[in-house]
Amino acid sequence: MAQQGSIITDEMKKQIGVKGVPTVLEVEKGLIRMMAEALDDPNPLWQDEEYAEKSKYGGIIAPPALLCCARAGTGRGVQMKSPFPRALAGGDEVEYLKPLKAGDVITSVSHIAEYNEREGKRGPMLFTTIETTYKNQRDEVVAISRSTFISY
Amino acid sequence: MAKKQLYYEDVEVGTEVTPLAKVATTQMLVKWAGGSGDFNPLHFEDSFAASQGVDSPIVHGALKRAWLGHLMTDWIGDGGFLKKLACQYRGMDYPRKMKTITDPQEGETWWCRGTVTKKYVEDDQHIVECDIWVENAKGEKTTPGSATVVLPFKKAKS
Repeated sequence: MAQQGSIITDEMKKQIGVKGVPTVLEVEKGLIRMMAEALDDPNPLWQDEEYAEKSKYGGIIAPPALLCCARAGTGRGVQMKSPFPRALAGGDEVEYLKPLKAGDVITSVSHIAEYNEREGKRGPMLFTTIETTYKNQRDEVVAISRSTFISY
Repeated sequence: MAKKQLYYEDVEVGTEVTPLAKVATTQMLVKWAGGSGDFNPLHFEDSFAASQGVDSPIVHGALKRAWLGHLMTDWIGDGGFLKKLACQYRGMDYPRKMKTITDPQEGETWWCRGTVTKKYVEDDQHIVECDIWVENAKGEKTTPGSATVVLPFKKAKS
């Protein structure tokens, strides 16, 4: 039963833990370069083959920002419902377990982890936290992210 | 171009993370949208941004998180590993508009900064925790967060 006046409906609660559509992303060198350029990050580990080969990674790796974004499938297929018209990203927490290497094929799956409601300056606000797990082609978890969206 | 490696012994609680300057431009937001796949018009369309109550297009929160990732990967060097990065999007940031195809107008420069809050050894890993943030030109922390990194240990070199 929803609490009196709660904006978190039973229908919304049913979505907690329901897994979204998996996203498969091949970590191509071109995509890594695009991200590095967008970030204005000249780190040779992202782009310089020769340099990266001599590093402990033995080849090009991706900047950590490549995970936890729409392209990596974060939040995909999750039925996020809100009674409010406006939504903003509230924050993210990403735990990295393995380096992300060029050529890796990452499969990510998201689900709603929790809802919270709070009274803000502009009225009631809904916080929705989405958790996403990213696995590589060897079925190893490379990262887990928790993203919070605020609607009001 | 060998980069200088930071070691666990080099840092203490209170040590400053080497600051990193960033300039958000409308052009950078376009590039980030393409790279990250975030095509929310909140980040490129005036009228939609206004309808969302933010006056004009704002810098993607994830782009500011990516800047903080850059801050940390630069600081820890090739031998370090970023284990955890968290941040909150507390304040809006507005990109500089472009003056030419390559150069932005005069305006705001952001700084990514951090300080070490904790260092310890756990499961044979030399771990350092930091408070990190993006601050705007007024010195306001629009994107506060934290990072956990693993650093190499000098005594383990031999």
